[in-house]
Amino acid sequence: METSTLFAFLVILMAAAFFLGRGRSLAQAQAAGGVRRLNSLPSYYGMLTLLWCGIPSLIVLSLWLVFDSVIIQQLLIQSLPADIRALAPAELGLKVNTIENMALTGMTAGAAPYELEAINTLNQLRGTSNTALTGLALLIAALAGFWGWSRIQPDLKARNQVEGAFKFILLACSCLAILTTVGIVLSVLFESIRFFSMIPITDFVFGTAWSPQMAIREDQVGGSGAFGAIPLFVGTLLISFIAMIVAVPAGLMSAIYLSEYANSKVRGVVKPALEILAGIPTVVYGFFAALTVAPMIRDTGTSMGLSVSSESALAAGLVMGIMIIPFVSSLSDDVINAVPQSLRDGSLGLGSTQSETIRQVVIPAALPGIVGGILLAVSRAIGETMIVVMAASLAANLTANPLEPVTTVTVQIVTLLVGDQEFDSPKTLAAFALGLMLFIVTLGLNFIALHVVKKYREQYD
Amino acid sequence: MEATANIENATGEKVEIMNDVVAQPNVDDIHETVGSPFCENAKMAMRDVQVYYGDKQAIFDVGLDIGKNEVVAMIGPSGCGKSTFLRCLNRMNDTIDICRVEGSLKLEGQDIYDPKLDVVPLRARVGMVFQKPNPFPKSIYDNVAYGPRIHGLTNRKAELDEIVETSLRKASLWDEVKDRLQSPGTGLSGGQQQRLCIARTIAVSPEVILMDEPCSALDPIATAKIEELIAELSENFTIAIVTHSMQQAARVSNRTAYFHLGKLIEVNDTEKVFTNPEHELTEAYITGRFG
Ligand SMILES: Nc1ncnc2c1ncn2[C@@H]1O[C@H](COP(=O)(O)OP(=O)(O)OP(=O)(O)O)[C@@H](O)[C@H]1O
Ligand SMILES: [Mg+2]
Repeated sequence: METSTLFAFLVILMAAAFFLGRGRSLAQAQAAGGVRRLNSLPSYYGMLTLLWCGIPSLIVLSLWLVFDSVIIQQLLIQSLPADIRALAPAELGLKVNTIENMALTGMTAGAAPYELEAINTLNQLRGTSNTALTGLALLIAALAGFWGWSRIQPDLKARNQVEGAFKFILLACSCLAILTTVGIVLSVLFESIRFFSMIPITDFVFGTAWSPQMAIREDQVGGSGAFGAIPLFVGTLLISFIAMIVAVPAGLMSAIYLSEYANSKVRGVVKPALEILAGIPTVVYGFFAALTVAPMIRDTGTSMGLSVSSESALAAGLVMGIMIIPFVSSLSDDVINAVPQSLRDGSLGLGSTQSETIRQVVIPAALPGIVGGILLAVSRAIGETMIVVMAASLAANLTANPLEPVTTVTVQIVTLLVGDQEFDSPKTLAAFALGLMLFIVTLGLNFIALHVVKKYREQYD
Repeated sequence: MEATANIENATGEKVEIMNDVVAQPNVDDIHETVGSPFCENAKMAMRDVQVYYGDKQAIFDVGLDIGKNEVVAMIGPSGCGKSTFLRCLNRMNDTIDICRVEGSLKLEGQDIYDPKLDVVPLRARVGMVFQKPNPFPKSIYDNVAYGPRIHGLTNRKAELDEIVETSLRKASLWDEVKDRLQSPGTGLSGGQQQRLCIARTIAVSPEVILMDEPCSALDPIATAKIEELIAELSENFTIAIVTHSMQQAARVSNRTAYFHLGKLIEVNDTEKVFTNPEHELTEAYITGRFG
């Protein structure tokens, strides 16, 4: 049976369990003299039976699906001829892959005899696994459901148990998110460790030259490979810095204007307009930066006698800043609006002007939130990819001059991973190391942001 | 119309008819404020004040004087416009977009709604203490020094210290906070916060202090302290206070104004209002028949 069909069957069983459980409790209620004699409402008894029927079976089902392919693969390898099993793990993996593909597509032309046999075995194993799973899942559902149904008594605390079960389900879902994150971090971490076993970590963290091209064969003409991440991080910081110079004043001031000065009519027009900015896909910003802003900056620079490259950090930074304006302004707008009107009244009532009130009372009161929002915007800028891929260059210059081309961490990760790659060359693994560093930097920023916010909170609340 | 007519005719069966009024008070025909709304040496003089929120009128034809160094209490049922009227006196209503004020409001003969008048010095002369204590998220010292700094009253640290200390003393808060002037004002208790707000207002040496239910968030002990304070302040300041507590009005004020549905019904010496009110509505309110 297909897994989806099996799933549908389970759902039907669960629904049946609900009505059976509710019916049983209702019958018992009648015997005992009314629903009030029950510990919980009948629907809770139904729900409890449903959970008994569904959860154990679903747990078995998901565990089975997770481990099924691994176990089948092991069994398949066991069944292969000895000389094939003796191959190196990588080649063996390749063979197994081919067999699995042939089994999947049914295109067995040109297959070796042992392969044909293996395909047979594989199909058999899969069939057995599937039948066993179907039987087991339905059996467990029926048995556990029956057990849950038979437990129904007027004094069974069904409501409390259902509440507990729901809490557990919610917890399991949040754990899923956390586990996924942990999984991603760990995989990046392990790949990075592999990278650092080839390239010393000090070379990576403190190196000032970045040219990831490596000769694959001894006699090949090519770079010797230099993996110093500093130029990339300097480039990233330079572009982010330019972006923040644009975004923070513009975003903050538009937020102040909108929340303190604008009347509702202006607000009704300007706020959605700002939000449209946030809705523009970054790739559009990207070609805007590459095709419009960069040439404009270059021409302006040239007319002033400066030599500006056509892929300057300035162009990417400016456009990224514009992209972040709505982010900063809507976060600041929220915190500024959250400042109680009574504080403004207090200040105005003492005879201060509106701008004095904003500078001395509103902004200080909103500062923790604003700082937090800005730091979030910085991590956004550092992690931004599309704009810089299109507008920043690939040259890893170590410079603080915004008119020169620089490259960023995310750009390099993209270039390292597009195209055909060997997955165990330092060049590819460098992407994971860069990802790890980027992750650490943004994590650090978020940590600081939270810390700043908390510190101000303690001081003023 | 009918209800009002009933009031005027009825002296014998007052209670029953008052119940009628409670259910549906009809004050459409009341145009005159009874008692003595005006006085000789008025600090602030208001005439024919109308206040509108959008199309809705909240204050009708109010005329009232607040004498120099006098404490005027404003009482009345919730929603009758006490805060609205009080907020007109230093143009705090300007912060509400839909609010419109008409009539003549004068501070020492000067029209405070004159379009050419700058509200900043006006609000420095007519300070305000709010219902909920609203200290700024700054230190105690900076809270009190806020006004003097804004108005550039002094540049010298020593003078500023002096102003902060005297203001806190006048607000009888000095002894409690003198050792922690640099800790946040928001860390004080509710009563202390309200006294801090009073100190903050005093620090700019206003001539008139407006207080909108300054004790409604406070316990009886803190309330007693603030009432004491009002009595002391009235030696130097002119005070208008909105309160829901008749005892408080009786204790702190010289004259009491009774508002009802946006109209000023009666103004008289406090003692007279509470012992022998002239108007039926006032009597009904102070004897607790509604409000
Ligand atoms: N910002 C506003 N917008 C519209 N209407 C308002 C506004 N503020 C007050 N009002 C209306 O004006 C009338 C008077 O309100 P006001 O706040 O002055 O009453 P109050 O006497 O101070 O009442 P309370 O004793 O409950 O504080 C009420 O009907 C109220 O609904
Ligand atoms: Mg009020």
